[in-house]
Amino acid sequence: MDNGKRQSVTVRVQINGETREAAVESRTLLAYFIRDTLGLTGTHVGCDTTSCGACTVLLDGVPVKSCTVLAVQAHGHQLETVEGLEQDGKLHPLQQAFWDNHGLQCGFCTPGMLMTALALVRQEPLADEETIRRAISGNLCRCTGYMNIVKAIRQAGRTVAQTQEV
Amino acid sequence: MAVEATEAQPLGKAVKRKEDPRLIRGQGRYLDDIVLPNMLYMALVRSPYAHARIRGIDVEEALKVPGVQAVLTGEDLAQMNLHWMPTLAGDKQMVLATGKVLFQYQEVAAVVADSRAAAEDAAQKVQVDYEPLPAVVDPFFALTPDAPILREDREEKSNHIWHWEVGDKEATDAALAGSPVRIKEVIRMPRVHPAPIEPCGCIADYQKATGKLTWYVTSQAPHAHRTVLAMVSGLPEHMIHVISPDVGGGFGNKVPVYPGYVCAVVLSLKLGRPVKWVETRTENIATTNFARDYHMTAEIGATEDGRVTALKVSTIADHGAFDAAADPTRFPAGLFSIVTGSYRFPVAFAEVDGVYTNKAPGGVAYRCSFRVTEASFLIERAMQTLALKLNMDPAELRRRNFIQPDEFPYQSALGWTYDSGNYESTLNKALALVDYDRLRQEQKERRERGELVGIGLSTFTEIVGAGPSHTFDILGIKMFDSCEIRVHPTGKVIARLGTRHQGQGHETTFAQIIAHELGLTASDVLIEEGDTDTAPYGLGTYASRSTPTAGGAAALAARRIRQKAQQIAAHLLEMAPEDVEWDGSQFVAKGLPSRRVSMAEVALAAYTNVPPGMEPGLEATYYYDPPNLTFPNGAYVAVVSIDRGTGQVRVERFVAVDDCGTVINPMVVEGQVHGGLTEGFGIAFMQEIAFDEDGNCLAPNFMEYLVPTALETPRWETDRTETPSPHHPIGAKGVGESPNVGSPAAFVNAVVDALSPYGVTNVDIPMFPWKIWEILKTHGLAL
Amino acid sequence: MFPNPFDYYAPETCDDVYALLHEHGYDAKVIAGGQSLLPMMKLRLAAPEVLVDVNNVADLRTMAVSDTGLRLGALTRHAEMERAQWPDYPLLSATAGHIADPIVRNRGTMGGSLAHADPAADWGAALLALDARVTLADAARSREVRLDDFFVDTFTTVLEPTELLTAIVIPAPPRESRPFGQYLKLERKVGDFAVVGVAVTASLDDAGRVVTAGIGLASVGPRPLKAQAAEALLVGQTLSPAVIREAAEAASQAADPVSDRRGSAEYKRTMVRVFVERGLAKIQADWELVNRASA
Repeated sequence: MDNGKRQSVTVRVQINGETREAAVESRTLLAYFIRDTLGLTGTHVGCDTTSCGACTVLLDGVPVKSCTVLAVQAHGHQLETVEGLEQDGKLHPLQQAFWDNHGLQCGFCTPGMLMTALALVRQEPLADEETIRRAISGNLCRCTGYMNIVKAIRQAGRTVAQTQEV
Repeated sequence: MAVEATEAQPLGKAVKRKEDPRLIRGQGRYLDDIVLPNMLYMALVRSPYAHARIRGIDVEEALKVPGVQAVLTGEDLAQMNLHWMPTLAGDKQMVLATGKVLFQYQEVAAVVADSRAAAEDAAQKVQVDYEPLPAVVDPFFALTPDAPILREDREEKSNHIWHWEVGDKEATDAALAGSPVRIKEVIRMPRVHPAPIEPCGCIADYQKATGKLTWYVTSQAPHAHRTVLAMVSGLPEHMIHVISPDVGGGFGNKVPVYPGYVCAVVLSLKLGRPVKWVETRTENIATTNFARDYHMTAEIGATEDGRVTALKVSTIADHGAFDAAADPTRFPAGLFSIVTGSYRFPVAFAEVDGVYTNKAPGGVAYRCSFRVTEASFLIERAMQTLALKLNMDPAELRRRNFIQPDEFPYQSALGWTYDSGNYESTLNKALALVDYDRLRQEQKERRERGELVGIGLSTFTEIVGAGPSHTFDILGIKMFDSCEIRVHPTGKVIARLGTRHQGQGHETTFAQIIAHELGLTASDVLIEEGDTDTAPYGLGTYASRSTPTAGGAAALAARRIRQKAQQIAAHLLEMAPEDVEWDGSQFVAKGLPSRRVSMAEVALAAYTNVPPGMEPGLEATYYYDPPNLTFPNGAYVAVVSIDRGTGQVRVERFVAVDDCGTVINPMVVEGQVHGGLTEGFGIAFMQEIAFDEDGNCLAPNFMEYLVPTALETPRWETDRTETPSPHHPIGAKGVGESPNVGSPAAFVNAVVDALSPYGVTNVDIPMFPWKIWEILKTHGLAL
Repeated sequence: MFPNPFDYYAPETCDDVYALLHEHGYDAKVIAGGQSLLPMMKLRLAAPEVLVDVNNVADLRTMAVSDTGLRLGALTRHAEMERAQWPDYPLLSATAGHIADPIVRNRGTMGGSLAHADPAADWGAALLALDARVTLADAARSREVRLDDFFVDTFTTVLEPTELLTAIVIPAPPRESRPFGQYLKLERKVGDFAVVGVAVTASLDDAGRVVTAGIGLASVGPRPLKAQAAEALLVGQTLSPAVIREAAEAASQAADPVSDRRGSAEYKRTMVRVFVERGLAKIQADWELVNRASA
């Protein structure tokens, strides 16, 4: 830990299973570290008041708004972003379900929405509609009216549950 | 159930979207994802005052911040005569303020630096010396002699911008005077904002060596932006290349050209380096174009049995500091004259007066075809008041006044020719779906138990697809749209259009149209939009115009391809062209159905084996000038209950039956309706950009400008009727804005219906719980 | 959006935190969940020279349940409380689910929320209802302060710049009684601060008599409020409609709201009454349910 520095702190994270390290200003927000420093632009920034959730990533498996975490606070931790969802050329069940059910329109909120949903389907794949709506209530979408997002998460959850049974 | 893009005969099918594979992988390429070598970042200095004289600007400290490359002020721009720019409404707007600022958060200086952080640091250090002036917030006060004149640049010393009217005033007054039943209602649509989740931004990349400016911009109308930029900057238009990458929602917000864009361009020209500017959410809501802000008064005359006789509307339109409305030139109040709605008004008159105030400039058509939302809200709300006055069921009142199916094309009192509709059957479907009679019975029972339950209707007609060249232009450019199709030798297709989708699914739906016309599948057709160097000229995507205009162009360009293809097919079949016919998927020899040629075979022949004398290749371009607009419509029913303790309104059900003519992709249409209803819900219940008496913006971010989450958003029940447009090449109308245009009135009508036994005829939106509670208290209903 | 530059420290022990706070005084700001502080820094409404990140201090993450009560480390995140299943402290999970939005709850902390002292914050009301205390410590001493004495004014507490809020201590409900808790929040949407927030807790004996009661109010005063008169009215009573009504009325008198865009003072005061009434009625209904089940 580079204590007491403001111009250049070293941040080392494991992101989507890969270790990445860079020196940034201490004030760098995690969202910009992921986007600008690591070049993973799937994570988006949509507001300045921690309201919209477009920047949601998983920090040690837990959804956080990466615009409201300092990059240096993620030092030594695990990150997951939308880019890590697809494995071995196969879409994650959530990605597939969002596609099948028209769960996105402009796509800007989608990566954050997917990451919030990922944490939910891992914990509670067969969550009911109310639980899903509550879980995604920190992620704003202006296009879909959420109906098809909820539908997609339910479909993905069922797929995940079946896979877990196998 | 959604089908794959490889489905044959794709028109009308729920084809899975072709744009999704990149977006669900986080591989979309939005403006802020683009990074160019040597790129600089820009930040804007904004006014803390709504109205103030600028005594001086000191940039010394800002220039000392490490990494800062330049600071630009209005005085700098004035030397280039770029401190003002034209708005799409024919007014002008300050780029960077000189003399005085006219709204809070107005652009005062631009700082450019090596990093975002340095630009923000330096912006903070620009010292501006302001002399605050009294702010004009109320548009009615703005029109009084006591109000200070805001726009010193204008010859006319008044805050009045323009007066616009339509219809027969005398006849309307006479009809009103002679009507046994009359109602009058004051109805306000407050200032709201489209607020797409992706804010606006641009990268200006001027290459001194080539003299070419590449301008990446979050744009719903890239060609229009290119032309405006050429006019503003003096750069030759062919040396401006506009690229609108993936756009994260627009809803009208990304139609205008904003001061930040011009600053970025100027700084790139000056420094010869790419300059990126991405606004913050606060900048987005507080400064880029708002919508609505209409103060309307409606009067309706009717007979005692509920037949409407006349409609009179007067409106004050608050445009803020500059009239930056994005309306067609001849329509300063947009298509507000659709205000007679779905009803047979023999006479009508509407007038609107535009007013300047110390607020952010606008307004745009937020998910709306130029003030159609205001018009629909007004007439659907006023019909509710009339129903109450007549003590008549609002569904019955509507039935008695609907334009009948055999009356189309219908000439409205305010000058439009409605193309098609079957309003009663659409309403009947909605009423059946919601089980209206049973609902009314339940409402009666629940009322007896002391519950406040309301049922609200909205049977709107809107007007989309601007527009025919005889009537529609923006800054003189006619509002056609275009499509260019190239069929490659292997039968695969690229098509480019003048529109620019922001989530509407054009890459899929336009591929469906073209594929359907050419006997291909949607997967065979690549749709490309947003690059002005490759796409034919078009006016862009807003006002639900893409399908009515570019969609028509796509179908007709494909038919042009088919004409030539028929010649080639005949050549391949060794027959005369007139002996070959198109069976919907292939060319077939008349009377010899086994002899057939596919489009792929024709395509190959177009490059390898054309008939003698024929030009090789298989391409077509079509500029479609629609003969008329299209008139989508719908019937919505909202059911609400009110918590007598808190004033909270719960939407128990919402049924939406839309008629947008021929449906290209039902999945996409349903998605548009879900989204539009949700925005309408937000407008009805939680959204308003309010100002205090000093002109301070009270809702400049998502903490105060409220966007519904999944938890508040009701469950939508949707269905449709299909009455094709007789004049559109495939019978389609627009749909994106219908749910946003039609739903706010349904919500308010439901709340009013719940409270009407106590004499309530109007509730102002947004219907916050406190507002409802104040009404409950007044009528002794609060617990 | 970038905050102003700052020196960043991430100590791993409380002693190191105290040393840093001692060294930097008013220039330093402690960051825990950061869900209030970072947005303010991004908007440059706050610009600390030194940021002391306490997320790596393991001692602040402890949770201990004992006969006398519950001790929660200041770093306890809202989401942990939302999921917590402590039958003796039902108000904690009932409140946590209303804070901000689910993602913010994963990061935001109880200690951070209390130290920030936003009068609209939900924890202030809930923990006042529970008669909680907070532990404040620096290198020299550690003191326990009743939450009611901790809050001074809007964004102001008795916390010294050199002190760290290390833990929240909640007394156990009295023996021979069953605790109930309700949090009622009027918000315009998820993520909104409370227009009005009301925390109601009561421990009822087998006869349905109130042994202890707590009522805390959010967003109706310059700081979170404790409706002490209303609490006192309830003790020793059964929750009859008349008692409930009287307590609700008293609680609404304790409120000191201002009129703003979220409603008039009268509206907010009335909402306190309505929510206290509803909260107590629900508690009574829950008690009846439990009693019937055990009978």
